[in-house]
Amino acid sequence: MDAQETILSVKDLRVRFRTLDGAVEAVKGININVKAGETVAVVGESGSGKSQTMMAAMSLLASNGEATGSVDYRGRNLLTLSKSELNKVRGRKISMIFQEPMTSLDPLYSIGNQLIEPIRRHRGLNAAEAREEALKLLRLVHIPDPERRMKSYPHEMSGGQRQRVMIAMALANDPDILIADEPTTALDVTIQAQILMLLAELQRKLGMAIVFITHDLGIVRRFADRVYVMRQGEVVEEGDAEALFASPQHAYTKMLLAAEPTGSKAPPPANAPVLLEGRNVEVVFRIGGGFLSGEPLMLRAVDRISIRLQRNQTIGIVGESGSGKSTLGRALLRLLPSDGLIRFGDRDISGADRQAMRPLRREMQLVFQDPFGSLSPRMTVGQVITEGLLVHEPNLSGKQRDQRAIEALREVGLDPNSRNRYPHEFSGGQRQRIAIARAMILKPNLVVLDEPTSALDRSVQKQIVELLRKLQADHGLSYLFISHDLAVVRAMADYIIVMKQGKIVEEGPTEEIFSNPQAAYTQTLMNAAIDVTRFRLSA
Amino acid sequence: MLRYVFRRLLTAIPTLFVIVTMAFFLIRVAPGGPFNQERGLSPEIKANLEAQFGLNDPLWLQYIHYLGNLLRGNFGPSYNMPDFTVGELFREGLPISIQLGASALILALMLGSVLGTIAALNQNKLADYSVIALATAGSTIPTFVIAPVIQLVFGLTWKLLPIGGWGDGAMINKIGPVLTLALPQIAIVARLMRGSMIESLRSHHIRTARALGLSDWSVVVKHALRGAILPIVSFTGPAAAALLTGSIIVETIFSIPGVGRHFVVAALNRDYTLVMGTVVVIALFTIVFNLIVDLLYAVVDPRVRYD
Repeated sequence: MDAQETILSVKDLRVRFRTLDGAVEAVKGININVKAGETVAVVGESGSGKSQTMMAAMSLLASNGEATGSVDYRGRNLLTLSKSELNKVRGRKISMIFQEPMTSLDPLYSIGNQLIEPIRRHRGLNAAEAREEALKLLRLVHIPDPERRMKSYPHEMSGGQRQRVMIAMALANDPDILIADEPTTALDVTIQAQILMLLAELQRKLGMAIVFITHDLGIVRRFADRVYVMRQGEVVEEGDAEALFASPQHAYTKMLLAAEPTGSKAPPPANAPVLLEGRNVEVVFRIGGGFLSGEPLMLRAVDRISIRLQRNQTIGIVGESGSGKSTLGRALLRLLPSDGLIRFGDRDISGADRQAMRPLRREMQLVFQDPFGSLSPRMTVGQVITEGLLVHEPNLSGKQRDQRAIEALREVGLDPNSRNRYPHEFSGGQRQRIAIARAMILKPNLVVLDEPTSALDRSVQKQIVELLRKLQADHGLSYLFISHDLAVVRAMADYIIVMKQGKIVEEGPTEEIFSNPQAAYTQTLMNAAIDVTRFRLSA
Repeated sequence: MLRYVFRRLLTAIPTLFVIVTMAFFLIRVAPGGPFNQERGLSPEIKANLEAQFGLNDPLWLQYIHYLGNLLRGNFGPSYNMPDFTVGELFREGLPISIQLGASALILALMLGSVLGTIAALNQNKLADYSVIALATAGSTIPTFVIAPVIQLVFGLTWKLLPIGGWGDGAMINKIGPVLTLALPQIAIVARLMRGSMIESLRSHHIRTARALGLSDWSVVVKHALRGAILPIVSFTGPAAAALLTGSIIVETIFSIPGVGRHFVVAALNRDYTLVMGTVVVIALFTIVFNLIVDLLYAVVDPRVRYD
């Protein structure tokens, strides 16, 4: 194959969505070329139009969207092909994998059934031949025990395995181009590295071009031959990956490159008072059981964990999904029933009920991951952030509450005049600031931050990290920072606890953990995070 | 799976017991009795009748007797139709009501699903609006309007269908009542199907199917429809129980000897045993159909497992 041949060329592509507020232009006349066998990254933050560009190319836009311009695949404009002609290209010559491995497979059909379907459709094989092909594909993507897996349903597989199956389906007909739309974003970091490695291996074997749509510059740096940087529907910069990283030209690219969270936090003095202490904290969930249905299954989500959080300290709790880190955070705040001893300040709160906890709630606040789901859509921002005051400081007048709202908004860097607007009018980063203001307005001592930056773009993450550090310094706060993102944890925490399956596998001061991880699992985690930025996709 | 069915049937026993008990005492709380008709029987005859049927015994004893008979499959005599036992009334009427109800249900499920799917595939276009209009009409026009209109147009004017009567189950006699029963159900099924199909078509795995270049037929029928059918399956349970146990309006207007009218007539006449019989039959149908629906759910959706 001629490596110089351009096989996909997007010319002056515009994507427009008709909405109730009029037409919105998501992509504003962009040009992108993909040559045979190369890896192209389309980089941008959320809302940049990077996904919609490729959705338009594949005619997968939502029904209120329309695309103009041209998307030429080997001389044929995909945008004007008839549906039956298009369906000879989609899944055959160009295929696509998506961000949501959990929902991208049909839950009602077995893996084998779903794999066989596109093979039969595009290659006209009979059922037995297609089955053989499907088995080969499952082996190709390293699914263990493929014979058995053919009969499995998606819900019986992990996210990483589902993404492998998606990749197998996409590559079933040996396509020229694989479009990968944030293929690893929803996965744990160790799984991310495995999937990326798999894609690199498959590209070496099969030689298809890959279009990576991603917000993760780590992936771009090590994987892509060429990069397109998108912002607000336009390509602001393009070029060879190495050159672009070495000397970015556009201010936005420079900003993106500088957006990795930096800095570190010094530990508090050794004699700082202990604010929160847990000893042998244990949380057990009961699954199933009941009338005539046998013994329930007991799941030990937090398994005898001890933790000491000092004033002005940030403990990072690191682990992959299902490790029990969020459950631990909730148990320590007595939001979940648990066994073991929990002390807050000088009080034993192990057995405290709702009633007894209420006066303490003001001092312990929680910020959640999802800035979209955690703010009531029917309350103004002012109402959202002052609601806690109604409970904890009922004597305040309306005017005083309003004054506190203004102060809190100012403190988190939002315009105080925005307090009469509703949450949906704000961006993800702004909403997270609102959630932080809601916690801060009560002047707490302890804030549990449960993945507060995970749903945000890198550049916004950095701002939130800086805001949280400033608030901590100003008010002497203690943080429990729960996260799977090692880069953010490194910038936030002075002490780290690594959790796996409800247990602590390793703990220690941040720099020690990062420079000299002891436990095998910690090393795997670190390597996975670094691997993403270490090897190249194209050999 | 068998274990699950067994467990469900086992839990049906206390459910039925509670229903029977509540119905037994509730109907007795209502004033009057089976022999307080307007014509007025002479007090002697009334006393005789009551003694004959054991209505003078203390209520708890009557309850024990009734339960005992019920356990032996004996629903007792009908008070107002002394020539029949309640069991006989059901043996005669129930097959008729089931035939009509089942035909109406099948028609409604098929036609409703197709209409709903067509609407979903043409969302906010003419076909969609037509289906919505039809569904709105179907669910707002009462059956006691639909039935006479069918009689008038097809029976009287065009003379295509008989105006009423069972005609020993002749096909032509069933068309009017089945249509009347089915129309509101078609409307409900179409609306349900439209909604769940629109949602299903938006799901991520449909996007995957399209990206793989699968045919429209496969995308819509194999992948979208199967997921969208689940709400219809849930709806079918209670709908089947209601349809198969007959409808007083349809049976009265078309002069069909089904069991639908027993429920209302018996309640008005304080025909205690017939009321109880109807309650037991409807409860049984409801329990059985809900079980069937839950089992069907597991057939359609592999994520649902009962072991």
